[in-house]
Amino acid sequence: MNRSAITKLQASLLIIVVICGIAAGTYAYYSMIVPAAKTRLIVSTTTSLYETGFLDMLKTKFEAKYPNMNVSFISQGTGLAIQTAMRGDADMLLVHAPSQEYPFLKGGYGVNRKIVAYNFFIIVGPSEDPAGIKGKSPSDAFKAIRSAGLNGTAIWVSRGDNSGTYTKEVSLWKAIGLDVKQLRQEKWYLEAGSGMTATLKLADEKLGYTLSDTASYLLNFNNHNIVLVKLVEGAKSMLNVYSAIADDPRNANMTKTNFDGSMMLIKYLASDEGQQLFADYGVSQYGKPLFGPYLKLLQTKSDPLGNDPTQLIQWISDYAFFEGSECPQQFRYQAEGLYSTQTPVPVLLVSIVAGVEQRKAAACIQSLKA
Amino acid sequence: MSPHLETHDIRREYDSVLALDRVSIGAHLGRVTTIVGVNGSGKTTLLKILAGLDTPTAGDVLIEGHEANPTQLRTHSTMVFQRSVMFGTSVYNNVAYGLRIGGVSSREISQRVKSALTVVNLDGFERRHARKLSSGEQQRVAMARALSLKRDVLLIDEPTANLDPANAMIIERAIKDSAQSRAVLLSTHNLPQARRLSQHVIHLYKGRVVEEGEPSRFFTNPSDERTKLFIEGELQF
Amino acid sequence: MHPIIEGIIQAINLILTGDPEVFSIAALSLYVSVLGTLLACTWSIPAALALALRKFQGKRILKGLFNAFIGIPTVALGLYLYLLLSRAGPLGYFQLLYTPNAIIIGQSALVTPIIVSFATGALESVDPDLRTLARTLGASDRQTYNVIIKEAFWGLVLAILAAFNRAFAELGVAMMLGGNIRGLTRVLTTAISLETARGDIALSIALSFILLGMVMSLSIAINLARKTSQ
Repeated sequence: MNRSAITKLQASLLIIVVICGIAAGTYAYYSMIVPAAKTRLIVSTTTSLYETGFLDMLKTKFEAKYPNMNVSFISQGTGLAIQTAMRGDADMLLVHAPSQEYPFLKGGYGVNRKIVAYNFFIIVGPSEDPAGIKGKSPSDAFKAIRSAGLNGTAIWVSRGDNSGTYTKEVSLWKAIGLDVKQLRQEKWYLEAGSGMTATLKLADEKLGYTLSDTASYLLNFNNHNIVLVKLVEGAKSMLNVYSAIADDPRNANMTKTNFDGSMMLIKYLASDEGQQLFADYGVSQYGKPLFGPYLKLLQTKSDPLGNDPTQLIQWISDYAFFEGSECPQQFRYQAEGLYSTQTPVPVLLVSIVAGVEQRKAAACIQSLKA
Repeated sequence: MSPHLETHDIRREYDSVLALDRVSIGAHLGRVTTIVGVNGSGKTTLLKILAGLDTPTAGDVLIEGHEANPTQLRTHSTMVFQRSVMFGTSVYNNVAYGLRIGGVSSREISQRVKSALTVVNLDGFERRHARKLSSGEQQRVAMARALSLKRDVLLIDEPTANLDPANAMIIERAIKDSAQSRAVLLSTHNLPQARRLSQHVIHLYKGRVVEEGEPSRFFTNPSDERTKLFIEGELQF
Repeated sequence: MHPIIEGIIQAINLILTGDPEVFSIAALSLYVSVLGTLLACTWSIPAALALALRKFQGKRILKGLFNAFIGIPTVALGLYLYLLLSRAGPLGYFQLLYTPNAIIIGQSALVTPIIVSFATGALESVDPDLRTLARTLGASDRQTYNVIIKEAFWGLVLAILAAFNRAFAELGVAMMLGGNIRGLTRVLTTAISLETARGDIALSIALSFILLGMVMSLSIAINLARKTSQ
């Protein structure tokens, strides 16, 4: 009698646990998860935007303005983000690798690219700076790091994935004539294969140098996750540009994607309200925003990150424009209102005043009129 | 009187071993028939075939003169094994199990269980957990289980082989009791028991029936040489 | 104060004050893993019954297969299912990727070998004499199965608990199929992985306490079940 009483107790405990589990979870599910009425927007994006918490804030603001939208950000490296979008598993991209974005457009996968924000990459490293790169230009710094590395006095930590940061790093090595494929074999060159925070932490542990976007660096430095210091910053070659691209709904893989939702978000990011989100984010903690608002830059001719605005605008169009435009005409689709936010006259005047070649000026005007 | 249950030339072969060879026996209602023989002589195999738990390689089993297949035999008889298994529940449920699946009404079940338990001296044991009983008590539960089904044929393999004298006596009494309305077949090593209980004895040796007959003649004046040796405990096997 | 100790103190604080983020993540974890396990039961238990109680060709190979997949690496399974569920894949029509349902499906696939193997073992270890006994008492095949299942009950419970344990504590499937989306598919394991990568030690420690607490209670429950089944 004793024994069967105990086993009955155990059986009922078990059933209670199962019911609790289902109940708790169902409650969580329905209190937080989209009722079927909301439309879902899946955005494939970079770890640097994600880890800084910007996207959480963006989601809250965007959904407050458009209550029937439910945005999901999938944070992967830019390369993976692009692949996910190509499969149609994401509705749009928010990434920062122009050299990978252009093929995405050309391949018929993406439309309506819009540059929304910018900041700079920086080279960070140990305060002792064994390779002596402080204050050097990026190409000189990279050369110094390599020779120090071959000497065994310095270590470089690479993202080692197809992220925007990695893409930039590869281009910087290329600019001094070095192929990353060969560098990977050398002992001083480490590959983290992870997101930006993980890579920074690895560099921190190993007292190595690494390339980081400003936002991720500031975030981790202020959180006392790392003690690495900024050594090289603010050159044209270190420019970091964030763009949003919608999946092309005419593409066979992408017929099910939420094109309208993508356009809503892209327009929002380009709007005054969206741009203000960039302009405000991080100011109270770091003194200046983590991401510079691009459209505001064009409109107000001022850069909260402290760079020369005219030069910056030129740099961005040199680095991140395709065929003279942030989005050539053939890659636009149902994009009314998206590309007329730039006022031609002031920029034209500035270009002439700055003494820019007439051809470049004409190209600017042409892209603006389009 | 013709037998209630009989076999014609049963042959059971497996793994190139011949367990039973041309066995033809009969059991009558109201009688206890005992099968004796050394270990491995085929007693258990024969009982299993009669219970419908095993299929003969050749030969027939007949109920009231009609051929019966194992499924029919299974519903017509019930078997008690040498070591009985108990369901992990109360004594009452153990005994009632077969009645419940047989669709008997719960009032009838209650009556039958009670009377079956009384026959084996287990009154008041209904609520006890069957697996916690002594092996003697468990064997009695098994007996009660078989009795409550009220089937025409009762087969018992070594009914008291593992029991102390007290338990053994209770079982034997139950067997005698049950034989009034059934055909009972049991196998045993226990020669005095065979003599006590049965009206007919069969000697099985290496799968063959070598002798059978009434107990008084069988034990005092067997005709077969092997039976003589068996009784004296000197039979080689 | 040492950052790890600081983290632990903050973590305890988060748990004691019932921080909604922490608990909603835990609740979601429970939800997907419980449902995933139950879903797996719907086909695994009948499969185990067939494997244990019926005779057919290739039984041994099947059993071996299930056994082999018990420890399948979750990322591998996650990857294959991802390719299946992707909009570009064969089951893309259902647009399941990055939803809790995808995790439920993924985890049910993950734990199926566990349930099948353990349950088959439990059923097979039931005394075959019980089966014979049931038959002598007139039980049909179906009724005999019931006897065996009742007999193996605690062994089956053990199988299900072990399966739930695996589902609850796994990372690869939830990450690949769910995408770790805040408020939607962020479960304990994926959240810990993210918060650690982000450097929010306090939150990841808090989540890990809950995860471990749950796993340990499950171990106790499993041991109880094992003892009862003997």
